[in-house]
Amino acid sequence: MLALGIVVGSAILLLIITFLRRKSPAVLRRIEAYERLNRVVGLSVENGTRLHISLGRGNLFTTRGASALAGLAMLRRLTERTSMSDRPPIVTSGDASLSILSQDTLQAGYSAAGAEDQYRVNTGRLTGLTPFSYAAGTIPVTRDEAVSANIVIGDFGAEAALLVEAADREDTHLIAVSDNLSAQSILYASAQDPLIGEELFASGAYVGAGPSHDASLQVQDVLRWLVIVAIVGGAVFKFWGINF
Amino acid sequence: MRILTAAIAMASGLIVLVGYFYPLDALTQLRIMLIDWAVVIAAMAVLVGVANLIFVHMDKIRKREKNSGYGVLLIMSLLATVAARVVGDFLKVGDMFMNIAVDAIIVPVEASLMSILAVTLVYSSIRLLRRRTDVMTVIFLLVAVLFLFAIMPTPFGPLLGGLNDYILQLLGMFSRGGARGLLIGIALGTLLTGLRVLFGADRPYGGN
Repeated sequence: MLALGIVVGSAILLLIITFLRRKSPAVLRRIEAYERLNRVVGLSVENGTRLHISLGRGNLFTTRGASALAGLAMLRRLTERTSMSDRPPIVTSGDASLSILSQDTLQAGYSAAGAEDQYRVNTGRLTGLTPFSYAAGTIPVTRDEAVSANIVIGDFGAEAALLVEAADREDTHLIAVSDNLSAQSILYASAQDPLIGEELFASGAYVGAGPSHDASLQVQDVLRWLVIVAIVGGAVFKFWGINF
Repeated sequence: MRILTAAIAMASGLIVLVGYFYPLDALTQLRIMLIDWAVVIAAMAVLVGVANLIFVHMDKIRKREKNSGYGVLLIMSLLATVAARVVGDFLKVGDMFMNIAVDAIIVPVEASLMSILAVTLVYSSIRLLRRRTDVMTVIFLLVAVLFLFAIMPTPFGPLLGGLNDYILQLLGMFSRGGARGLLIGIALGTLLTGLRVLFGADRPYGGN
């Protein structure tokens, strides 16, 4: 019952705040990595280079799928913003369903920007179905496709280190974030500006994906405070010997 | 068409969600049926994904792009693997050829990538202080090194002697707490991402 209450409460809050955010956009705190992302997107269009967006291996039938969906929302916005570039962004993924959705998202992004003819079906690629084959298939994209910035967002494991190393060797920009704790620790050690934890789900809001993304962040803040109150309250009640 | 796809996605999501919270017989049956359909679609997606992989590499080969030789190797390996399966079935030797392909090629190649990964991680750790010099970086490295010392098996027993258990307990307490905090944040993000898809605010299946 509590879980249902949280879902319904979050849904109502999300709808209300989304409606409010249509009139007044949210003011977001500064996250260095996302600021750099916005800069490198502009630079890649000016330079005539590509963005490489790596969406990871988040299977949509598992809880890991949410990180893939966050990556797709970001991809959609980046596609619109780079639609006037000579070189379209390349999207790689390690899950077949995700690769089809990435093609669909690219097409929808170009369509929204009025540049349908820019869409190429081979820019959304499945590069491997196991962690290391995915990494091995993705590294050549970083090396051979005139990529100036790599955006690594989604569900990764330890193989993320190989992608980061490849980006580093090519001296390209790198923005990397994952929902996986192992990958987070690896990215913290390897990436220039690491993003931690739920900052993955803030990506849409920081690239201007719409009021629902701003509202999501605010609902997350509200829920986070509720969790803090529940944890502290639980500890206090436990201290007093009150058990539920 | 866009409205129809959004309506199907939202209705399917709601049925599965409600079926999860209220396991009524009819809802459970419907939920299982929808999940079964999704699994079939996912299986088809693998075939489409493999076809995409072949087309991308054939395009590279046709245009004689840089390193397209690897594309030739990939397609030949793919065909050889399919042939191993078909020939194995034809000769009625079961998975013998597939097992050879997995044990002799795929596993060793992935193991070699794993060893490259170990070297890469050590190299990244060494470069970390050059890239970012702040308190959190120093703490991160210090904790990683202490953990490694504490769990490292040696012929002489624990490297840090009696301190081993204390270090694992103390650092473990902080790192477990931090990990739980991160996981709670990720769970909240997951919930809100799911709700956005459910309301049709995010439509990764196409449409605006």
